[in-house]
Amino acid sequence: MTGDAAAFDRFVEHFRAKIFQYSWLMCGQREDAEDVAQDTLMKAFESFDQLREPERVRPWIFRIARNACLMKRRKSDFAPQHELSLDEFLPAMEREGGRIQLQIADWSGLPDRRMLQTEMNGVLNRAIGELPEAYKSVMLMRDVEDLSTQETAQVLDLSEDVVKTRLHRARLAVRKMLDEYLGTRTGGGQHGTA
Amino acid sequence: MEPHERSEKCREVFSLLSEYLNLELPPEACREMEAHIAGCAPCVEFTESLRKTVELCRQYRPEAMPTPLEAAAREQLLGAYRKMIAGLPDTQP
Repeated sequence: MTGDAAAFDRFVEHFRAKIFQYSWLMCGQREDAEDVAQDTLMKAFESFDQLREPERVRPWIFRIARNACLMKRRKSDFAPQHELSLDEFLPAMEREGGRIQLQIADWSGLPDRRMLQTEMNGVLNRAIGELPEAYKSVMLMRDVEDLSTQETAQVLDLSEDVVKTRLHRARLAVRKMLDEYLGTRTGGGQHGTA
Repeated sequence: MEPHERSEKCREVFSLLSEYLNLELPPEACREMEAHIAGCAPCVEFTESLRKTVELCRQYRPEAMPTPLEAAAREQLLGAYRKMIAGLPDTQP
């Protein structure tokens, strides 16, 4: 980071929005998310000398944000942890005339990119927002922030195997919610044969 | 392939799909998955739906934005930032 005010403003604008969005999804309260963003940036500037690998500033900052969220969580009511099991996401299959049919929606009818910006973004907002916290945090780091498995494990104090397991279940849960949405949107059509 | 064999293999594919899509599986396990998926239409379809889910999640941008930074909060951050810069080793020649 350089010392000029423009670099400061760019850094703050970029990370404040990122931290706020992560924190709002994790804490569920706008006011808490605003506090977490401010506290995280203060802590990052105050303890910058502790950053061992400057190229890993993003995971380092998200780790600070995650800890700030945990502090907020201790002060407020959160839904109890809910474990997601693989079995609840196994799609039903039925045999029809000797063919195996998968009971899922028609995914070829996904909205185009323009619609994705509005309609699908709203659906994803709900789908990701409804994930249990332990799964949501992994999905936000891996699929939204594009951190690696190793970086996510470091941010969240988890083993890489746990990150992989939770990511998969979070994806399956979101897939199921998108599937239900697409089924409704396309009139509930099922397809897929073997 | 017998139906029960297909079911076992489908379950295995189902449990490892994210690692497969993330290219995190060992090469041999990856080849086995691909060999099964190639001959199993339901697995093709489910894999495709999960791949699209991941793609959508990567395009997803949370809608909420923070309120504009208040002057006092900006000053507080700028003060900490300047202290941080002052404490950095001098990299100038």
